[in-house]
Amino acid sequence: MSAGPPPLSTPPKPQAKALNCPKCGAAIALRSFGQAETVVCGSCHSILDAKNPNLAILQQFEAATSVSKPLIPLGTRGKLRGTDYEVIGFQRRHSKIEGISYYWHEYLLFNPYKGFRYLSEYNGHWNDISVCKQLPMADGGSANYLGENYKHFQSSDANTDFVLGEFPWQVRVGEQAAVTDFVHPPRVLSSEKVDKEVTWSIGEYMYGREIWEIFKLPGSPPEAMGVYENQPSPVTINVRDIWIAFAAFAAFLLMVMAGFDMFAKKEPVLSETYRFNRNEAKVEQSFVTDVFELTGRTSNVEVKTYAPVSNHWIYLNYALINQDTEQAWDFGREVSYYSGHDSDGSWTEGKQNDTVVIPSVPPGRYFLRIEPEVDPSLPLIPYTVEVRRDVPVFGIYAIALLALLVPALVISWRSYTFERSRWSESDHPPMDFSNLSNSSGDDE
Amino acid sequence: MTHPVSNCPNCGAKIVFRWSSSVQTVCEFCKSILVRTDVDLKKVGQVADLPPDSSPIQVNTEGLYRNKPFVVVGRILYEYDQGGWNEWHVMMNDGASAWLSDAQNEYAVSFSAKEQNLPAAAQVQVGQQLTWSNQRYTVSVITPAHYRGVEGELPFQYWDKTDITFVDLRTESGKFATLDYSDREPTLYLGELVEFDDLKLKNLRRFEGW
Repeated sequence: MSAGPPPLSTPPKPQAKALNCPKCGAAIALRSFGQAETVVCGSCHSILDAKNPNLAILQQFEAATSVSKPLIPLGTRGKLRGTDYEVIGFQRRHSKIEGISYYWHEYLLFNPYKGFRYLSEYNGHWNDISVCKQLPMADGGSANYLGENYKHFQSSDANTDFVLGEFPWQVRVGEQAAVTDFVHPPRVLSSEKVDKEVTWSIGEYMYGREIWEIFKLPGSPPEAMGVYENQPSPVTINVRDIWIAFAAFAAFLLMVMAGFDMFAKKEPVLSETYRFNRNEAKVEQSFVTDVFELTGRTSNVEVKTYAPVSNHWIYLNYALINQDTEQAWDFGREVSYYSGHDSDGSWTEGKQNDTVVIPSVPPGRYFLRIEPEVDPSLPLIPYTVEVRRDVPVFGIYAIALLALLVPALVISWRSYTFERSRWSESDHPPMDFSNLSNSSGDDE
Repeated sequence: MTHPVSNCPNCGAKIVFRWSSSVQTVCEFCKSILVRTDVDLKKVGQVADLPPDSSPIQVNTEGLYRNKPFVVVGRILYEYDQGGWNEWHVMMNDGASAWLSDAQNEYAVSFSAKEQNLPAAAQVQVGQQLTWSNQRYTVSVITPAHYRGVEGELPFQYWDKTDITFVDLRTESGKFATLDYSDREPTLYLGELVEFDDLKLKNLRRFEGW
């Protein structure tokens, strides 16, 4: 920026005006040129009239400086959003909610060209705050600013109880403002009402490490505790988008399934009903079926067993044997069905039929060897064996769907619990889901 | 553009009106307030040196508003119980007069508007809505203020004005209005809040250490 000859009325001023506190004599530095209205003596906490060349005492408050030491020392400079700012003022404020005082800190930042900006800190959560240039539209439950919708979070009174440094307004300890916060993470829209005057400001969430980097502070920032009202959710993707993607993939799977179902031959190759009769049973109960042909490419074979059991079981030892190569697939299937009544009412267990699919069976001529074992209390039972070649298998789709469902559920749950912690601190603790819609980490 | 030139009736220093419609100026040398009664300048008062203030703008600062160049030709420094603000009188390159206000580095550009049916000061309340040119404005603050000082060229005479009520109005789109109750008839200024960077200001005041 170029500067011409300085005008007569406004000669350049020193960087910080040196003055002394009329109460205790400590040096007072004025950092915001003529902007300061009040300045607080760092030693004796007299609030002084910065416009008065003799710094008249306006108010004095009792405070141990150690109680509230600014994390960013006054006079520290840092580059925030492309502009150099100097920390010139600090205040601690609190609100009392249900008898408990919640304290937060506000840092006043100054640049002689760009003006003022604020940083707030609560339990390790930071916000970069500036005064709104546009007027937000607000009703009780929500507010709109620059086309974005903000949800009412909390209304409370903010009480100033500790001040340090200088302020471009008449700051006093004991001052009270009615504050209303509306959130749209990572932003917070706040209105502060003193008497009739309402000031709107817009804040954006910042992490302690960002503040430490900006102001080149030693050590590490205090750890953030809990979830802050406008803290961005760790779930950076929109939960709704996940479910849309999930639905799309499920529809795709369904189509693939339908396709495979359409192209599967589902060819019946054997359907026989056998009878187990204990009285006729010999020592060796196994037998073989007729030979059947499995055609086409290597594919699966489905074996379905049906037995009209009721409070009994039947167990079948199967072997699918290739007549030519003698390659065999052994498997056992149980069919059992029980039912009854107890104190909880009627119950059933098991089914009268069973299905098994044997994968990758090459084409050829096959037969089944069957060895039945039957509940000793059952003298006689018929059972049906059905064999089909090349059936569609749906289990793999269920696994794929589950593999997608699990992350979707986990993300939704994380988002839900985060939003729940956020809103549990608000005037609208989550009894229902209505607060959560539209605030689950969209945008960014 | 040729500038009307005259001499200070008090000290004889050359007085140049950079804005041809200026009614008043302050002699840069002896601080006499000079009112132009065309050609001859009449000395009507004297201002004390302006109190040190912190506006980065100064007389001769140049900038751009809506792609139109302007130059700062004068200012009024107002004071109220919570501080002060500057109304910089600017001359647009098309000869129009405008105000660039700097209230704690919050900048707004406004122009005198010829609207009728302006409410009386006593009728205005914070939160009230008023409509001009199909734009609805909301009263944001009512400020009783007084002149703290003047500098450079102004489009009116200031010297008999002391306590004034200002009503500031805002909109959801960043527009800005001021009702000025300096005179018997209220005056309306319409404009908008502007970003410092967008004004592309040159010839700014320098702050030591910045």
